[in-house]
Amino acid sequence: MQNGSGDFELDGGAGASLEALQVIGRGTGISVSAAGDGAARRVRRTWLDTFDWRLYRAGLSLEQQSGRAGTQLVLTARDGERLASLPAAVPNGTGAALRWPSLAAALPAGPLRELLEPVTGIRALAPVARAASRVSEHRVLNADAKTVARLTVDEMSVSYPARAQAQPRLSVTPVRGYQAQADRLGGALAACAGITPTARSALEAALQAAGQQPGRKRAEVRLTASMPAAAALAAILVAQLGVVEANVPGTIRDIDTEFLHDLRIGIRRTRSALKLAGRVLPADLTARWRPEFKWIGDLTTPTRDLDVYLLGFGHMEAGLTGAEPEDLLPFRQYLERTRAAAHLDLARGLRSARFARLTRQWRADLAAVGQPRKRPTAGQLAGQRIAVAQRRALRAGQLITAASPAADLHELRKDCKELRYMVELFGSLHDPELRWQAVRELKALQDCLGEFQDAEVQRTEIRAFAETMLAQRSAPAVTLLAMGEISAELALRQRAARAEFDGRFAAFASRASQARLAALTEPGGP
Amino acid sequence: MKILATYNIKGGVGKTSTAVNLGYLAARDGYRVLLWDLDPQGAASFLFRVRPRVKGGGKALIQGRRPLDDAIKGTDFDNLDLLPADFTYRNLDLLLDAAKKPERRLASLLAPLRHEYDAVILDCPPSISLLSESVLHAADLLLVPLIPTTLSVRTLDQLTEFVGEFNGHRPKVLAFFSMVDRRKRLHTEITRDLPAQRRDFATVAIPALSVIERMSVQRAPVTAFAPRSAAARQYALLWQEARQRSGLRLPRPDAS
Repeated sequence: MQNGSGDFELDGGAGASLEALQVIGRGTGISVSAAGDGAARRVRRTWLDTFDWRLYRAGLSLEQQSGRAGTQLVLTARDGERLASLPAAVPNGTGAALRWPSLAAALPAGPLRELLEPVTGIRALAPVARAASRVSEHRVLNADAKTVARLTVDEMSVSYPARAQAQPRLSVTPVRGYQAQADRLGGALAACAGITPTARSALEAALQAAGQQPGRKRAEVRLTASMPAAAALAAILVAQLGVVEANVPGTIRDIDTEFLHDLRIGIRRTRSALKLAGRVLPADLTARWRPEFKWIGDLTTPTRDLDVYLLGFGHMEAGLTGAEPEDLLPFRQYLERTRAAAHLDLARGLRSARFARLTRQWRADLAAVGQPRKRPTAGQLAGQRIAVAQRRALRAGQLITAASPAADLHELRKDCKELRYMVELFGSLHDPELRWQAVRELKALQDCLGEFQDAEVQRTEIRAFAETMLAQRSAPAVTLLAMGEISAELALRQRAARAEFDGRFAAFASRASQARLAALTEPGGP
Repeated sequence: MKILATYNIKGGVGKTSTAVNLGYLAARDGYRVLLWDLDPQGAASFLFRVRPRVKGGGKALIQGRRPLDDAIKGTDFDNLDLLPADFTYRNLDLLLDAAKKPERRLASLLAPLRHEYDAVILDCPPSISLLSESVLHAADLLLVPLIPTTLSVRTLDQLTEFVGEFNGHRPKVLAFFSMVDRRKRLHTEITRDLPAQRRDFATVAIPALSVIERMSVQRAPVTAFAPRSAAARQYALLWQEARQRSGLRLPRPDAS
């Protein structure tokens, strides 16, 4: 089952390969014998990963194996080393058996959870492949009938993401202290016709059989400075539509909060691109679709705002000085109820005919952009739009004074976001290192404005929540007092962010920072 | 990591059979076990079908030129590894004599393995020497097989007294009767009376059975090839007592 020191794929049947082994053995004094009672085991296998393949990218593989001996979760490293395991039939915190998708945090405390949590973060683990394996085990014996290696033949039928039969796999795992013998055996196997060494893991083999690849990032849009601007923008918008569509099922099923987060990014980028550069598209396209994207954007906001609240809840609890964390329980329950209702509205919207029409028609309209005029070019458009967004953010920031209301800072934040999106959407026109350097101060300013605005929104909301809870009689006095503490903490956070703002903006507005941004606006890029 | 040693000054009393079977049972229970065959005759290595040879010999190991880790071989059983015997082990006394703090040498050689194994079982040669002293200093539990005679009980008293004089770390002693012949009246009497009178005696005794002798033909622990035999049942009971006396904690089911 594991990815041992020598893995092979077999063109012919597994039986033919074992016969080949016996032939090899006659010359080298080894023989192959069935392990145990010789009967093949049947194992049902489910590989789990996050939507963005965090485990795979970190060189880890999490597999749920079910067979005669029960069910277990096994975490292995890329070289096949078993890092941790857990009987999978263990109950989670609420006493129910573990079901996927699930956050790593729902696993019982122990080595497996400790290894998984830092990698998966707030992303849920969900099945990425399913298969049934027929596994037969054999022992490789030396002249003393001592086991020097174990041979596993795995015949795997993949059932998800598509039905397929994977090539049989043969793994040679040396017994400790007998590496040389196992290596000799591996070498002899590799020389046999129909037996090919493979570096592919079982997950990779299962996905390949099903016609997929693990860990594939969404292809970045490759633009050239000389291509027509309209074609470039259409390509950018198609890619953003892809991001939106990819995250719809996960948002509807509420697998984890990142699906909605990423879906919103796709929508916001689309809106910013239409607002700042939409005029290069055919006349009515921008006017027709901007309201639709505003509609779907607005639909996602209540759920996301509540997600932000709930994700930061532990932090809020930890910050209490007078109240106890359990005082906040009714507040948490209220947020969860409100979020569930908001999510229901959101899911309804995402399943609606209006949304289906939006994605379908938008894609068709973008495809119809066809062969537009050669001018302006993508390089010219990127340069102009980045320059406009840069000027706008700079001007808005310069107008901020100590007396400016929070709304002005919010507007500046939006300007900064638009500038950042413009840099990122046209990113493939620029050297990645220069691009990163150019947005360094912008990012720091955005973080500061984000902290200020989040605190502002949450402070306003917590008052509204308190009033509603009071009206619903769902808030005991201790809860309201604890919420008051949180409100005070939010005010402090906001004040701290405000105090930081001048410095961050000065860094962004500095001649060096502006020059680095301006370099991205030169015709054809820097 | 707990270190258990099978020890007796006399040969042919069942030390190797005990080490091999307890090692197998501990591994079967999920402990990660290393068995070190310290006897140059290499009986434990033979039983596990491992060649009794260590590159560089005992000298390289004792002098630390070759880490123990390098010489370890996997057995045919999961969780059970073996550090094979080598004919040069007959000179271990001389090698230890040349080392600093010879009585602590085995303990310090085994220390780096503490994260890799839950239990180490030392199968000692029959002698009273610098090597056995080093084994006594390293061990948490001494398993002392005794043939039920008055003389062997006297030997146990001498051993207990010797160990009692150690400064600092002292191993616990768990004696048990081995090769018990039910047809001999003396065996029956001693086996019945002594464990009831002394706390350092296991309540279980290992009978003299031909199936135990068959281990050398099968080249495997009797607990593996005849797990339902009377001998295997007695070894399983002995393992339970040894596990409890050694203070070995239950293996973690969630760790691999």
